[in-house]
Amino acid sequence: MRARALAAALAAGLAGALAGCGSADPTPSAQAGSAGVTGDLTVFAAASLTEAFGTIGRQFEAAHPGTHVTFSFGASSDLATQITQGAPADVFASAAPAPMEKVTGAGEASGPQTFASNELEIAVLPGNPAHVGSLADLARPGVKLALCAEQVPCGAAAVKLLTAVGVTAHPVTLEKDVKAALSKVQLGEVDAALVYRTDVKAAAGKVDGVQIPEAGKAVNRYPIVALAHARNAAAARAFVEYVLSADGQRVLADAGFASP
Amino acid sequence: MTPATPDTPAIPDTPATPAPPELAERAGRPPGRRSGIPPALWVPAAAGLAFLVLPLAALLVRAPWGQLPDQLRSQTVLAALRLSVVSASLATAGCLLAGVPLAWVLARSAVPGVRVLRALVTVPLVLPPVVGGVALLLALGRRGVLGRYLDSWFGVTLPFSPAAVVLAEAFVAMPFLVIAVEGALRGVDRRFEEAAATLGASRWTVFRRVTLPLVAPGVVAGAVLCWTRALGEFGATITFAGNYPGRTQTVPIAVYLALETDPAGAQTLSLVLIAVSVAVLVALRGRWVGGLAP
Repeated sequence: MRARALAAALAAGLAGALAGCGSADPTPSAQAGSAGVTGDLTVFAAASLTEAFGTIGRQFEAAHPGTHVTFSFGASSDLATQITQGAPADVFASAAPAPMEKVTGAGEASGPQTFASNELEIAVLPGNPAHVGSLADLARPGVKLALCAEQVPCGAAAVKLLTAVGVTAHPVTLEKDVKAALSKVQLGEVDAALVYRTDVKAAAGKVDGVQIPEAGKAVNRYPIVALAHARNAAAARAFVEYVLSADGQRVLADAGFASP
Repeated sequence: MTPATPDTPAIPDTPATPAPPELAERAGRPPGRRSGIPPALWVPAAAGLAFLVLPLAALLVRAPWGQLPDQLRSQTVLAALRLSVVSASLATAGCLLAGVPLAWVLARSAVPGVRVLRALVTVPLVLPPVVGGVALLLALGRRGVLGRYLDSWFGVTLPFSPAAVVLAEAFVAMPFLVIAVEGALRGVDRRFEEAAATLGASRWTVFRRVTLPLVAPGVVAGAVLCWTRALGEFGATITFAGNYPGRTQTVPIAVYLALETDPAGAQTLSLVLIAVSVAVLVALRGRWVGGLAP
């Protein structure tokens, strides 16, 4: 409800901005989308997609007048549970294959497509007062570290990466999703957190990022699918197409995602 | 001491005395209608009961009971359970130490701002617990209003520690205790206290030997409410204390995370928490709360 109001407010603001700039950006994809796409669309998407999908949603609405996209952002595994329990979603975008497999395995969807990939980065306090320069520094005593819980994709990726480089970290907390881990850095309660590169970018100014040379050892691939029980199947397919289109991919790249 | 006494005893006196004869008068009806519950109330009452019981029944019906023994042997589950019970008990103890005096002030003080104080005390009740957790971080966190001094002067940082679990639970649960005890204090017949004072008891002795025993049922009821609320606390705890198995992971947090990947495990864990809280409540009811039940 709140997300919808916020999205509406942002959409109104963007519409004004677009009118001011006289941008012709959304027009090409309007032709790409099928005719007759209209109505409400509900997209369940991983928390790490919050910023990128917010922009994609507004562009999609502009490209398909009469559509209204509502997002529910959260931990992918959480969203997958909600979908298998009958939550009214049209599209599911997951931060990792495992939650998507839970959805497809329950017969709620088939044929997901990978639309982006993401790597981990170390988020540190502005100015990096704890002097964290590498993954090995995360294991240093006195460095307070927040990781995601292993049950959610960013936590699974963190464990995979730390194991691959042979670092035994001692986090003070295992957060419930990537945004919660990031907020612990923003509040200054921890010195560092392992989050996605895109989260560091989204929080630019409030946290600094430390690139990880070994990040390629734990790449998260993001699958998306139109759900079998979508109430607005046409719009769901069109949205998936839009995310995979050049326009959608450009927004994702701007947010720091790598191509699939 | 004296100026408060002349007008205050009249307050509990007026509603208490005229009521019994009135009731006795109306009781002279046919004995079949004795219970006095209008039939129209039974339907919404049954609906309310079903609404509360149905989800619990569903949990019991769908629970993978076979997993229960394994869960109870798991070190993580046992650690979470121990932490939950210990921290809820410590939080309740702290709430009793500070909450009973606070309730006394709210019930008896004639200070003009007491209504505002009462509203402030109930704020944690209406606050979403996650917001409470953020507020605690902003107050007591490493960069918090008070927390920064705890860190720089004493080297103490509260977040992500078991102490933070206790604080988060106490923050959310204390209003339950304060409201219950304040209600009990308002119901006390102050003539007993005055009699004790007349006989030469000091104010502290009156509080300890007369007032406290009179409100004991209310204090116990408030403490039980407080403890159960603390045991089930999730939002403020995961925000302020984070989540780390064995250190800050309480059972509700373990349930939440298990739900991500292992819903069956989450259900059995929920059963464990329900069983523990029911067992404690039943044990307390036999021993202490018995006087509360009619």
